[in-house]
Amino acid sequence: MTLHATAPAPAVEPAAAAPAVRFNAVHKSFGTLEVLKGISFAVGRGEVVCLIGRSGSGKSTALRCINGLERITTGSIDVCGHVVSPDGRADLHAVRKRVGIVFQSYNLFPHLTVEQNITLAPRRVKKTAPAEARAIAADVLAKVGLSDKRDSYPEQLSGGQQQRVAIARALAMQPEVMLFDEVTSALDPELTGEVLKVMEDLARGGMTMVLVTHEMAFASRVADKIIFMHQGRVHEAGPRDMLSRPETPELRQFVGTGL
Amino acid sequence: MTFSLANLVYLLQGTLWTVALALLSFVGGGVLGLAVALMRVSRFGALRFAAGTWIQVIQGIPLPVLIFLSYFGLGVTGFDVPALAAAALSIAVNSSAFLGDIWRGCIQAVAKTQWEAADSLALNGFQRMVDVVLPQAIRLAIPATIGFSVQIIKNTSYAVVIGFIELTQSGKIINNALYEPFLIFTIVGLVYFALCSPLSNASRRLEARLRARGA
Ligand SMILES: Nc1ncnc2c1ncn2[C@@H]1O[C@H](COP(=O)(O)OP(=O)(O)O)[C@@H](O)[C@H]1O
Ligand SMILES: [Mg+2]
Repeated sequence: MTLHATAPAPAVEPAAAAPAVRFNAVHKSFGTLEVLKGISFAVGRGEVVCLIGRSGSGKSTALRCINGLERITTGSIDVCGHVVSPDGRADLHAVRKRVGIVFQSYNLFPHLTVEQNITLAPRRVKKTAPAEARAIAADVLAKVGLSDKRDSYPEQLSGGQQQRVAIARALAMQPEVMLFDEVTSALDPELTGEVLKVMEDLARGGMTMVLVTHEMAFASRVADKIIFMHQGRVHEAGPRDMLSRPETPELRQFVGTGL
Repeated sequence: MTFSLANLVYLLQGTLWTVALALLSFVGGGVLGLAVALMRVSRFGALRFAAGTWIQVIQGIPLPVLIFLSYFGLGVTGFDVPALAAAALSIAVNSSAFLGDIWRGCIQAVAKTQWEAADSLALNGFQRMVDVVLPQAIRLAIPATIGFSVQIIKNTSYAVVIGFIELTQSGKIINNALYEPFLIFTIVGLVYFALCSPLSNASRRLEARLRARGA
């Protein structure tokens, strides 16, 4: 960020300029296994950041630390003006209200209809009135192209449709940041396209997104920033064309093998 | 004397008391058992410990001992406890330990990813339990719970130890007059079977259906 030389630096960064998410030297261990070894990076508002890397390099763990599904060991993460710290659970609720996450395995609630899946959190957490919550559901379902599935149960939908409902469910909370953890990895190739399209629309619409993905073509087209993780560290980071000119042998090898 | 219609009516009265005792015990045991199950999965160690101790201690005490305890034990403290109340309380307490353990297992059988999805949507612990986990746990719990209700019906026969006139005690009283133990207790056994077997069958069917759905 560059400030005008003449303008005095503001004492507090204006909210719009502060990154949506910032990792500050985050470490995470499971028992004696250190999975994140001090990672730092920032995600600006409206940015799309892709985390790539070999299986086991800590991508999912990093993502899950953002909304507190995993508790970090040391360091901190700034998320939408709140702080995720190793001990503090204090801000977790505030963070989760602002951050949506979509999982590889959809994780829809099987006992609820599509509409009920979507309206549950707005009604319970934000105390949105039922009629308004249904209007929100209609809106987000339209966004993911599933308006006709409002009354279906998850088991009646294809994997791609379930994943789009999961995206809609997260969007219904009007999050400031969306996290995606390999959301197309469980899908047949012919179904990944419909999900990627929804995500690309979101990105074009200005949503701040952090996604773990193996879809290199998608990352090269949509990402504002790509972060290559290797053995629990940010090994290489750069703009979306970084994959076409990798600097480290590890990334070169990763790109070469495809996975 | 031979077995008469009046004897049969007497047995049926005993049957009604057996059913009443079973229902009271089931409701009491269900309420207590739900509390035990929820404590067992609480994030507070003290509650988990208390519920775990309860399960272990109660499961370790034979039901007739519990019944004596509440009938005579509470009697000593000055309460005049009716036999029905003492028996229902004891069976409820006994059932709470078993249902609590069964239901804990069902709650924990709900996929961790479902808990995480609820957390990620900013639901609090109560909302997560009521809106997401319990509805799925209940589905898993139905077969085993119906199965255990059969156990409760059979357990009501232990109320004979304090002379409560339910089905088994009715049979014993008739037999004291008629000395036809084989006939009388065969009838008593058949009545228990008639009460229990529909429940057993329902439990088995639901279990199979649950398995078929891959739950
Ligand atoms: N809950 C857990 N307990 C113990 N180890 C874990 C847990 N979750 C992940 N790990 C380990 O952490 C490492 C990184 O995992 P993960 O973040 O899922 O990697 P990626 O998403 O890049 O494949 C792996 O070695 C994995 O086995
Ligand atoms: Mg992963």
